[in-house]
Amino acid sequence: MTEATETTTPATALTTRLDRVGIVVAVIAVLGMDWQPFATLKPNRLISGQGLSLAASLPTLWAAIGVGVLSIATIVAVLRTGALLRLATGIASLLLLAVLIGIVPATVVPPGNAYARVSPAAGFWLMAFAFAVLTTDAVAKLRLGPLARLAMLAGAVVTVAILLGSGHWDGLSILKEYATNAQKFWREGAKHVELALGSLAAALVIGLPLGVACHRNATLRGITLPILNIIQTVPSMAMYGLMIVPLGLLAAWSPLAASLGIRGIGTAPALIALFLYSLLPVVANTVVGLGEVRRSVVEAAEGMGMTRHQRLFQVELPLALPVILTGIRIVLVQNIGLVTIAALIGGGGFGTFVFQGIGQAATDLVLLGAVPTIALAFTAAVLLDAAIELSERRRL
Amino acid sequence: MIELEHVSRRFGEQLAVDDVSLSVARGTITVIVGTSGSGKSTTLRMINRLIEPSSGTIRIDGKDTAAVPGEELRRGIGYVIQGNGLFPHWTVARNIATVPTLLGWEAGRTEKRVDELLSLFSMRSEDFAKKFPHQLSGGEQQRVGVARALAAEPGLLLMDEPFGALDPIIRAKAQEDLLAVQRRLGITVVLVTHDMEEAIHLGHKIAVMDGGKLLQYAPPAEILANPAHGFVERLVNGVDRPFRLLSLSTVATIVEPGTADGPPLAETATLRDALSELLWLKRDALPVAGPDGSLIGRVSLAALRAHAGGPA
Repeated sequence: MTEATETTTPATALTTRLDRVGIVVAVIAVLGMDWQPFATLKPNRLISGQGLSLAASLPTLWAAIGVGVLSIATIVAVLRTGALLRLATGIASLLLLAVLIGIVPATVVPPGNAYARVSPAAGFWLMAFAFAVLTTDAVAKLRLGPLARLAMLAGAVVTVAILLGSGHWDGLSILKEYATNAQKFWREGAKHVELALGSLAAALVIGLPLGVACHRNATLRGITLPILNIIQTVPSMAMYGLMIVPLGLLAAWSPLAASLGIRGIGTAPALIALFLYSLLPVVANTVVGLGEVRRSVVEAAEGMGMTRHQRLFQVELPLALPVILTGIRIVLVQNIGLVTIAALIGGGGFGTFVFQGIGQAATDLVLLGAVPTIALAFTAAVLLDAAIELSERRRL
Repeated sequence: MIELEHVSRRFGEQLAVDDVSLSVARGTITVIVGTSGSGKSTTLRMINRLIEPSSGTIRIDGKDTAAVPGEELRRGIGYVIQGNGLFPHWTVARNIATVPTLLGWEAGRTEKRVDELLSLFSMRSEDFAKKFPHQLSGGEQQRVGVARALAAEPGLLLMDEPFGALDPIIRAKAQEDLLAVQRRLGITVVLVTHDMEEAIHLGHKIAVMDGGKLLQYAPPAEILANPAHGFVERLVNGVDRPFRLLSLSTVATIVEPGTADGPPLAETATLRDALSELLWLKRDALPVAGPDGSLIGRVSLAALRAHAGGPA
């Protein structure tokens, strides 16, 4: 102990021992644990239900473990503790929450009642959010490398898969919705991924060459980027709407187009709209990435006798890769979200459940569409962040 | 042998290089010196056709460079630029192998050549081959840049301000390395710099350019002793002109019969070093030792003075 800390007042001594992010985490966690219901019990899937506290929704032993462990975790979060301990605490708390919520249905639903529904309530979500913040903050503090982060993602995926596969969550309402929609779930899921990746692929095929051309030609750049900027500002609903008339006309005119499945609504307008949104990040990042390649490096490549082609593929594009990948990350995460809206014009995807659920006022059906969409976007972001960092290592 | 005949280059309205003719003898170092905007870099880049001449002809060993495709021409000419331009995403070995790979050498031959070049620049292959450029010091990067330019055994090496980004000590070392490598390989070097000191130190011949024109093309001693009127004169005139002149010759050139007291000077020392020793030891003459250490004569202040002056 230095003299300075010995002479500080109790108040300042306390604040120096508290973690700023931890205070926020703790406030949210305590709010979730003590003031909000942990789960909701509904007589059937449409009637609004009754909130249950953590103690009321679990057997006594589990409730005691839950309250005890989560309270300790909150204290660990609030104090200045080592990043590794914080990471372990965050992961353990999330895991415990995942296990606890699966125990609720068997505890609160009378045996033989097939209509009652149990869902996680605000308290559960608040605590899950709080400890997710604690975990990501610890990951950031530890400065984990890309490979370690990928390993953590794989761990999370495996854990969720085990919880789903073991049937531990089967009593929850969202999985009951899944049970009645299982076939459709995977069909729409495949469609969702197809739309997000298909539009990205199309944007790469067109956008990369366009980006290279814009890099080399200032006039083309001056025309292209503002147009793509304007496209980007069109709201997604309006964009889907704008597609309906011209594509409908095209289908009416050309039997070929119609036979290819091009119509005013459905997959075609969704794909085209997503493709248009994807172009700006791809083209702009290609232009910026190529522009950042050091002049001396390009000149050396030329002076060594590389052709334009060799220069582009061996030197300029590899060096621009991290910036281009950043553009791809933006596009992919953005598209995974935007595909949800495509369900409105019959494009399919997880949005189908969201809009069906809204129509029926069935919250759990909305969640069946929303949760996998968020999981997909999160996974894509972590994967591409790791790829960007790996590609940056040799670029200094 | 490189010959430039009435070469000009125009950028829009501006004449960057104005009717330059010069010829560079095989196996020599020619330094083009001038301020920025003098057209020196443009002249250099026209030799490997990174810039095409607007008019005039450039021949290398009698062959018109315009008759060969640009890429093919450049693969046969070494090229080093300021800040080295190493490819940051490639290892040292891959960087050096750039031109051999472009020329389609087989892997074994390329690998052998990379090792050869690394050892030529006293860099151990085990230590350096797998490193990336950002893991090297500035001096090491510079050496790899030169090694890369020499990889396909070119007879001609073009260097555009190659030492501009180095600090003075590393720069002096890099200059000595270049002189040693040039002597050993017998290659022709054309080097561009804005530093007259560097030009005098490195060049067998110096071409002074200003405003796109070649003002004087002569050996360093000639440039110092008889600078062309105007720009060249201003460039070389200065308090240390006699010292520059002295630094161009070795003691062997003015050794005279006789003996003197004091520590002997090596006959390979420059006259500038000899003067420095004489002044420091407060003597009028010092003995001179031959390569085997035996005394071969003496060097005197009077002889040095005769050598250091301009035209009477």
